[in-house]
Amino acid sequence: MCVCPGPRRIAIPVRSSRLPLLSDAMPAPTHLFPLIRNCEISRICSTVCYCHHKHLCCFSSHFAHGHFRYAPQKRFAALYRPKENFNHFIHARDYASTPQRFYLTPPQVNSILKANEYSFKVPEFDGKNVSSVLGFDSNQLPANAPIEDRRSAATCLQTRGMLLGVFDGHAGCACAQAVSERLFYYIAVSLLPHETLLEIENAVESGRALLPILQWHKHPNDYFSKEASKLYFNSLRTYWQELIDLNSGETTDVKEALINAFKRLDNDISLEAQVGDPNSFLNYLVLRVAFSGATACVAHVDGVDLHVANTGDSRAMLGVQEEDGSWSAVNLSYDHNAQNEREVERVKTEHPKSEEKSLVKQDRLLGLLMPFRAFGDVKFKWSIELQKRVVESGPDQLNDNEYTKFIPPNYHTPPYLTAEPEVIHHKLRPQDKFLVLATDGLWETMHRQDVARIVGEYLTGVHHQQPIAVGGYKVTLGQMHGLLTERRARISSVFEDQNAATHLIRHAVGNNEFGTVDHERLSKMLSLPEELARMYRDDITIIVVQFNSHVIGACQNEEL
Amino acid sequence: GSRQLPGVGILPLRSPSSVHACAQVKRALRYQERLAAGTTRFCAGIVSTARHVSIELKMADYSNKLYQQLEQETGVQTGYMKTGSISLAQTQDRLISLKRIASSLNVMGIPCEIITPKQVAQLHPLINIHDLVGAMYVPEDALVSSANVSLALATAASRNGVQIHERTSVSHVLIQKGRVTGVETDRGKIQCQYFVNCAGQVGLLKLSPSLVPVKDRWRSLSLLNSLPTSFLSSAAIVDLDGRIYIRNWQGGILSGGFEKNPKPLFTEGRNQLEIQNLQEDWDHFEPLLSALLRRMPDLEALQIMQLVNCPESFTPDMRCIMGESPTVRGYFVLAGMNSAGISYGGGAGKYLAEWMVNGYPSENVWPLDLKRFGTLQSSRTFLRHRVMEVMPLMCDLKVPRWDFQTGRQLRTSPLYDRLDAQGARWMEKHGFERVKYFVPPGKDLLDLDQSKTFYKPDWFDIVGSEVKCCKEAVCVIDMSSFTKFEISSTGDQALESLQYLFSNDLDVPVGHVVHTGMLNEKGGYENDCSIARLSKRSFFMISPTDQQVHCWAWLKNRLPNDSNLTMEDVTWKYTALNLIGPRAVDVLSELSYAPITPEHFPSLFCKEMSVGYANGIRVMSITHTGEPGFMLYIPIEYALHVYNEVMNMGQKYGIRNAGYYALRSLRIEKFFAFWGQDLDAFTTPMECGREFQVKLDKGMQFVGQEALLEQKQNGVYKRFTMFILEDHDTDMDLWPWWGEPIFRNGRYVGKTTSSAYSYTLERHVCLGFVHHFDEKTGEELVVTTDFINQGEYEIDIAGQRFQAKAKLYPFSSLFTHRRRKDEVELSGYQRE
Repeated sequence: MCVCPGPRRIAIPVRSSRLPLLSDAMPAPTHLFPLIRNCEISRICSTVCYCHHKHLCCFSSHFAHGHFRYAPQKRFAALYRPKENFNHFIHARDYASTPQRFYLTPPQVNSILKANEYSFKVPEFDGKNVSSVLGFDSNQLPANAPIEDRRSAATCLQTRGMLLGVFDGHAGCACAQAVSERLFYYIAVSLLPHETLLEIENAVESGRALLPILQWHKHPNDYFSKEASKLYFNSLRTYWQELIDLNSGETTDVKEALINAFKRLDNDISLEAQVGDPNSFLNYLVLRVAFSGATACVAHVDGVDLHVANTGDSRAMLGVQEEDGSWSAVNLSYDHNAQNEREVERVKTEHPKSEEKSLVKQDRLLGLLMPFRAFGDVKFKWSIELQKRVVESGPDQLNDNEYTKFIPPNYHTPPYLTAEPEVIHHKLRPQDKFLVLATDGLWETMHRQDVARIVGEYLTGVHHQQPIAVGGYKVTLGQMHGLLTERRARISSVFEDQNAATHLIRHAVGNNEFGTVDHERLSKMLSLPEELARMYRDDITIIVVQFNSHVIGACQNEEL
Repeated sequence: GSRQLPGVGILPLRSPSSVHACAQVKRALRYQERLAAGTTRFCAGIVSTARHVSIELKMADYSNKLYQQLEQETGVQTGYMKTGSISLAQTQDRLISLKRIASSLNVMGIPCEIITPKQVAQLHPLINIHDLVGAMYVPEDALVSSANVSLALATAASRNGVQIHERTSVSHVLIQKGRVTGVETDRGKIQCQYFVNCAGQVGLLKLSPSLVPVKDRWRSLSLLNSLPTSFLSSAAIVDLDGRIYIRNWQGGILSGGFEKNPKPLFTEGRNQLEIQNLQEDWDHFEPLLSALLRRMPDLEALQIMQLVNCPESFTPDMRCIMGESPTVRGYFVLAGMNSAGISYGGGAGKYLAEWMVNGYPSENVWPLDLKRFGTLQSSRTFLRHRVMEVMPLMCDLKVPRWDFQTGRQLRTSPLYDRLDAQGARWMEKHGFERVKYFVPPGKDLLDLDQSKTFYKPDWFDIVGSEVKCCKEAVCVIDMSSFTKFEISSTGDQALESLQYLFSNDLDVPVGHVVHTGMLNEKGGYENDCSIARLSKRSFFMISPTDQQVHCWAWLKNRLPNDSNLTMEDVTWKYTALNLIGPRAVDVLSELSYAPITPEHFPSLFCKEMSVGYANGIRVMSITHTGEPGFMLYIPIEYALHVYNEVMNMGQKYGIRNAGYYALRSLRIEKFFAFWGQDLDAFTTPMECGREFQVKLDKGMQFVGQEALLEQKQNGVYKRFTMFILEDHDTDMDLWPWWGEPIFRNGRYVGKTTSSAYSYTLERHVCLGFVHHFDEKTGEELVVTTDFINQGEYEIDIAGQRFQAKAKLYPFSSLFTHRRRKDEVELSGYQRE
């Protein structure tokens, strides 16, 4: 059953006629989000449709209320097909309706894998600063429909540095979507010096044009919620006003800024849901954001300083090239889950001894949640009373929902969950060639050592395959020939990809037991019916950041 | 075997027969590591005479005969087995290439036949013959164990008093006054007169004097596995299209090949003590393994014993390097066997030993001479790129007129870009870019790979129109690559020295140009050049491009050590433009405002004049083709100006650019011999009809005089002859190249040295030498004019014989078109 404002309520002609009004009515936020303002109408139109469509199915698939009604949705999709990402979404449904196995040709596999790929190259030396980042490749492969992972990348315009992050949503994509839109603004604002904050505040106050804070690097399918921008902007403005008032006069420490931004955003998400919004759509949105959850793994790169802030079980990994040319992996984040003993210990110390046994059950927080830190998820943060009050006073859709009304067992001393990140600082060295940020969908299928090797070899174009040695084994020429042919096929798969993240996804999904991409396996995995896909794989989101070793080497020398 | 060894060998081990001859040469053998620890150890050990270059073929033949008797002479088992070899052809072009080799082998008395795929299957049942079009079977080719051959040779040498020091490293070579005097080793000093560097790349880089010969090392792969069947006595298989070879080896088979994508081996800064087997790299071997299994599918079930990777030495032109250093006397080099060390070893050692003992080898080894390279070819980057190209080429089809693609655009004329923009297609000689022909706008030629042919090439009509223009109007050819020396002195030293070193009379009035040979003691051409007398005491000498190192070394070693006598290499100072054609005189006279008519500027004259705005242009009335015209030697800064002036002024006379292919066609149809191609150190002026270029009757002494006098008295044993192919269809038949056997009355008498299509005669013209072998004994007899004129001739092109008409030089004009009387006289004088 449908629980969100369906497409019938948001009639498209009305929406598009309101669009110009919308941007006129809210000048301040559109300055803040310059990219959106610059979008041509048709893009916004399709994004808006898409976005609503997403909301609509988030809940339906997640709250396990049986099959969604296809009829309106199909019509909707046929009428307003929003670009390529959607095509395979529809495609997948077709498979479900036809019983016989579909075999994907290599070009079909490629078009699925490449649907969401995005690359950004930092412009060459522009006279101002030379970036230690050469550029990045990112990509996503959905398993959930729609995908619950999000990604963001932006260059800070008022301070130096670049921000990159992956966000893994659960219980819907609302929270991940909100965090992916908002978190970088919170971080950027936390990093701004006092004078710049004052300048921005004055500009808003007097209705002048704002200094742009971030330059986003987005795939066309990465969207921002139009309706909530005003609400989000107001929360952000409150945050910087507080920062202005708090003016400590000290220079901003990146680590502290990251922690503050994470905590503040999570706090704002929680508050917005408690306060509500007179607009029923927004009111429902903020509740969905707060009741769903998201992990975040964010990297801030400025010269040789690399900070990784992580909340949850996504992971950051540095690819290091050893002197002999081989590749090794260095972890730049700790997973916040039951496998991390320190994390289990932390949770236990934060709650009375009586709860020790019920805190972590079946490797999950309170027997329910895999990540031990997350944004949103107010069900693990608010008191029972608060939860009941908000749900009861909330819209019908929320009230009718079994999941939101359900209180976790053994829920005695909330909060059980925090969004506070662990921040790791790393000084980049010339041998640090790239950084991989990825959601757990990747790390479940691949060891970080393999990730380092595959990406490293992809980026350098050099393949350190484990050499085959005959040694004392009895190998016939025929056997050897078969083996070699297979290995050669593996190398040739590299040349299909122009994007390191795509290449990694190809391996993650298609690797067979020999560590070779197996087309048949890839084809099977990608043609799984929507209902089954999540059982074989998780959403995968990857960002591969490539560093400029020359710049890093030069920076190092300067510091010495 | 004189093949590459890690570390440094002072002398190559020589064959027993010539060890004797060399006994007077103080020598010792010295290796940083053990003998034959180099690539020799894993050499395929196939002694194959199937070689394209005739000197290489002779070396391989000698090696084969040497190894055959080695076991008996020394008692060391060499594993010599006369199994024969089968070279397979998967394409018709490959078969043509094999047929050409077969023709050469047959006339040398080496049994050899072209066989059908079915016959291949009979000889070697394991071979898959379905994709074959034919094969060449050489029954006397042999297999040896390379390491044992080295050992046997060493044993033989020791018996003849040669000392061998293993595990001794040479730190440097002692040189005094440009001569080797000894070597310094880690075990003390050794005095010696000669030093031979056979150390391959490592040694060459470490120890060479200023001029470093070219080398680099690459991996080659061998696969060993055991074979149960009766493979033992079957022939070695060479599948060039599959890039592999297969031979039996200790009860199994051994297979290896030349990859299309070789791996470079870098040795910079590393003292590579012993050739370690580089780690086995199966992935790299995969294409070769596929080729092997395709050729012999039954091998699939065989077990693998070992994959060996070993480095190999390659040279920039796929031929080995031997000879004396141009700068240090007594310093010899023998290296760069391009992985055919075992085939060449014996022969190469023989020639080198002769070279040291007699001062020259018994055969023409110019194609292998160290001095064919200049310093420019020893740049590390050049080597790396070129060798990367060369190694895959080892197995590629060798077609006429092939140009290397790497290491190009190194030396260029100032007009390079200008010519390139006009459609020039380039070839390279001694690092210098030269135009082959100009592709007219709108006309496309075939891709490089598709243009490989043994038949009529795609540029046929293009060159034809250039030749036509040379004959009827005027063409300009950039000939800046020619080597140019200036020799001058304060007194008469220059004239006196040159009169002794050159065979023609140079005491001519100032402004005259003389064609002369630079002969050796046996009267053979060391160089063939034109010398202009600029003043009483200075001479300007023009030689072929590849003479730059050789001629310089030859003269340096022979000119008196006199500070008043100077020789300068001015090759780089002048751009040379060749104006060829009947209207050249019109163009030049308009540009210079000077009278250029034959009365004022007869043939073989040299004048300094101004052309356009530019002063001091050396104009010579020679064209190197026998056609009327001029050579302009232009100081390089004026090159573009003069070229522009010539082209502008030439418009109304129909001037156009032309390339070397047109020049070659012109010179060959006029029967002009060219040094390095037709002439070599074993050819005298008497043998090519150039007695008139020798001052025998002037009563002056000069190098080679005695040999020439003797020839004059007793006659010559070979004659340079021109052949005009009679029944050759230019469109349908295989084209001659060079090295084709010549048959007189059905009997082999010699080989061609160059050939070209004559657009004037509309026939192919081949130049070559005719010998007279006694019908019974095979002994060489004197070749008389009658002998030449009374024969019926045939030229064998890849097994097919074409009738040919023979002409001797100098000849009365073949060209019947109208000529003025003075022109006829002129052409009699204008010889080259």
